[in-house]
Amino acid sequence: MKGQPVQPLLRFGIEKADSPVVALAGNPNTGKTTIFNALTGLNQHTGNWPGKTVVQARGKYCYGGQEVVLVDLPGTYSLLANSVEEQIARDFIYFGRPAATIVVADATCLERNLNLLLQVVEITPFVILCINLIDEARRKLIKIDFARLQERLGIPVVPVSGRTGEGLELLKKTVLEMVTGQLRPSPKQIIYDGEVEGALHQILPEIKGIVGDDATSRWLALRLLEGDETVVQGIQHYLTTDPPPRLEEVLA
Amino acid sequence: MLLSQLPVGKTGEVVAITCSGLMRRRLLDLGLVPGTKIQTLRQSPGGDPLAFNIRGAVIALRLDTASQVKIRLVK
Amino acid sequence: MSVDLGRILQRAQDLSCGEDAVRDKVVARIYQEAESLASEVVMAEKPARDWDTLIDDVLTSKRFGYPSMLALLAFVLWLTISGANLPSQLLARLLFAGEEGLSRLFLSFGAPDWLHGLLVLGVYRCLAWVVSVMLPPMAIFFPLFTLLEDLGYLPRVAFNLDGFFQKAGAHGKQALTMSMGFGCNAAGVIACRIIESPRERLIAILTNNFVPCNGRFPTLIAMSNIFLGAMALNGSSFLAVLLVAGLVVGGIAITLVVSRLLSATLLKGIPSHFALELPPYRPPQVLQVILRSVFDRTLFVLWRAVKVAAPAGAVAWGLANIHVDGLSLLGHTAQVLEPLGAAMGLDGVILLAFILGLPANEIVIPIILMGYLSAGAMLELEGLPALRELLLANGWTWVTALNMMLFSLLHFPCGTTLLTIRKETQSWKWTLLAALIPTLIGTAVCILVAQGARLVGLA
Ligand SMILES: Nc1nc2c(ncn2[C@@H]2O[C@H](COP(=O)(O)OP(=O)(O)OP(=O)(O)O)[C@@H](O)[C@H]2O)c(=O)[nH]1
Ligand SMILES: [Mg+2]
Repeated sequence: MKGQPVQPLLRFGIEKADSPVVALAGNPNTGKTTIFNALTGLNQHTGNWPGKTVVQARGKYCYGGQEVVLVDLPGTYSLLANSVEEQIARDFIYFGRPAATIVVADATCLERNLNLLLQVVEITPFVILCINLIDEARRKLIKIDFARLQERLGIPVVPVSGRTGEGLELLKKTVLEMVTGQLRPSPKQIIYDGEVEGALHQILPEIKGIVGDDATSRWLALRLLEGDETVVQGIQHYLTTDPPPRLEEVLA
Repeated sequence: MLLSQLPVGKTGEVVAITCSGLMRRRLLDLGLVPGTKIQTLRQSPGGDPLAFNIRGAVIALRLDTASQVKIRLVK
Repeated sequence: MSVDLGRILQRAQDLSCGEDAVRDKVVARIYQEAESLASEVVMAEKPARDWDTLIDDVLTSKRFGYPSMLALLAFVLWLTISGANLPSQLLARLLFAGEEGLSRLFLSFGAPDWLHGLLVLGVYRCLAWVVSVMLPPMAIFFPLFTLLEDLGYLPRVAFNLDGFFQKAGAHGKQALTMSMGFGCNAAGVIACRIIESPRERLIAILTNNFVPCNGRFPTLIAMSNIFLGAMALNGSSFLAVLLVAGLVVGGIAITLVVSRLLSATLLKGIPSHFALELPPYRPPQVLQVILRSVFDRTLFVLWRAVKVAAPAGAVAWGLANIHVDGLSLLGHTAQVLEPLGAAMGLDGVILLAFILGLPANEIVIPIILMGYLSAGAMLELEGLPALRELLLANGWTWVTALNMMLFSLLHFPCGTTLLTIRKETQSWKWTLLAALIPTLIGTAVCILVAQGARLVGLA
């Protein structure tokens, strides 16, 4: 589409385009920072309360000869841009177009975490569901059929324990496969009720005329139907050719 | 019946959210959509807020927020 | 492009019937999907015993909720105060033995007096004080606090205290930002980002300084010992704990009062929506927490203090030893501040030390010492007992020690915190207010205490 910069991530202060960028998203307090630390070897603060991370952290790790830039996003319950954190996370995933987004979910509370996952999957197909805290789930006698979930969702599902390091190897391998294009997820889309789908059907062609026919135009159409003005602001902010904002601005 | 009136230990089912705007969207995001089961777990020592079990998580809401949720008592 | 989008947005609005209709359907549909997925893949047995509920039944109960919080605060302070005592003295002895060695070294090189004064009596001594007074309490307090944080206790504090914050027109998560303030007020101010409503966030930012940070805790602890010494109640760490805990609770009370006043005047508005998740308790990884909090946090904060203390020591020594008209520069400035200081039950040197301590609270006591030492005879400063003698010799009474504690709790935030406030609020006006409010309250409280004590004839 016209006006779209070649490297969308430039707008988030990430200049280096040679390494793929991977985002960590998820509900608050699901262990994103713990996993971030375990993967990058950094020492960001963690804590057992929702909202610990308010400043976005970035780090790197190497796996299979591939360097990956990892971004630890603030935890959110939703991506419907009701708060600044949600808007940051959403903008990063939609406008930043990371090569992959890892959604970190709490194994002991899967249902409410799937809410966010399903929202992310509407924005981008390049999603890995990382089910963390499996040690806790085991202790609480919760069993999860990961294979079945993977099949139902159409994206890779990786059980891990950020604390013990269990499963992180598979997570890195899955990320590698996704950023190198060996793994092509095909997430199942949610179908809404007749009225919503009807309205979608009417405005989708026009939206595709503007942003092009990619997988995310449906998501954009839904947001417009909801009357979400922040997404229009976002488009003007990120997808036009004005000088990119400084990272502090985006995160402020 | 309002969620703020649900006694500790009792379970209710969300019927509707009566407020609009940001607060409504926030409550929806927490998973309070019609049909959702919700249980009152405890009361803060000061009486307000209340803690609820909402879809497997313990979430505290102030009384005036909880009074925006209409519920039906479940046996 | 934006024109097109605006048009589509308009059309989308026409298509969707009613403000919230589409959003409602979308969210409900997604949750429905999440529900059916979860019910398909998750199998949960009911655990035999639900520890979380049992623990919360005590920690957030009507009867034990508040007492358990106070008890925990006192316990943490007790461990900190009594645990820090011995290592502090050992460190002081070690470091001041180092000072002697350094002095001899300078002497043997025939270094000029001023160089020895500047580097050893100024820079080294200031550093030695900061390290010996600060390091032990921090190295105990930080890990304890992090253990509580990892356990999941902080959200319970917020749950218990929310009623008060609600009455103050503030947000319940302010309790969380205050908890962060115990470590460092600058971190506390940044943590205020978890409060969405701009009004309530500003209230939390402006009042964060009323919780004593790690840089001020050691001062409070040292002063509580002096205070008790002056009251002839030596060596009771139990009373010291009560005193410091009382100050912390007082700080929380002032936070609530100021929050209430702000939300009735400058930051008018109604409390916003509040939802706080109480995560399950998780047993912390004790060893890792201790290592991390000592190496990442304690040493990090100490290093920051040291970086300020070194030049501050040099400046303070210079001020104390450059004489004009028979009085040092420090003496001159202190004289200007003396009337206000005296009215507040303090003195000019103390006030000057607070002003010079703007870059970091940790250097306030070393500067006071330098001010006193430059005027009188040299003293060996080996730890708290020697400090007490020096202060008493300079006219300190229990009122001085008490007001020193009060003013330490109630004065402008340190430079780093002020800059953080400026960055978070994007406004010098609020930054200035964040400095003015506590300073004015502190000044007023000190004057009240001092004059009150004088009136009743206690001092
Ligand atoms: N038992 C167990 N605890 C974990 C695991 N992963 C994280 N934790 C703990 O869960 C808590 C939250 O972890 P964080 O990494 O801070 O969570 P976060 O998702 O970054 O949280 P926010 O920044 O608040 O959104 C911490 O106390 C961690 O020690 C795990 O795999 N097992
Ligand atoms: Mg985090």
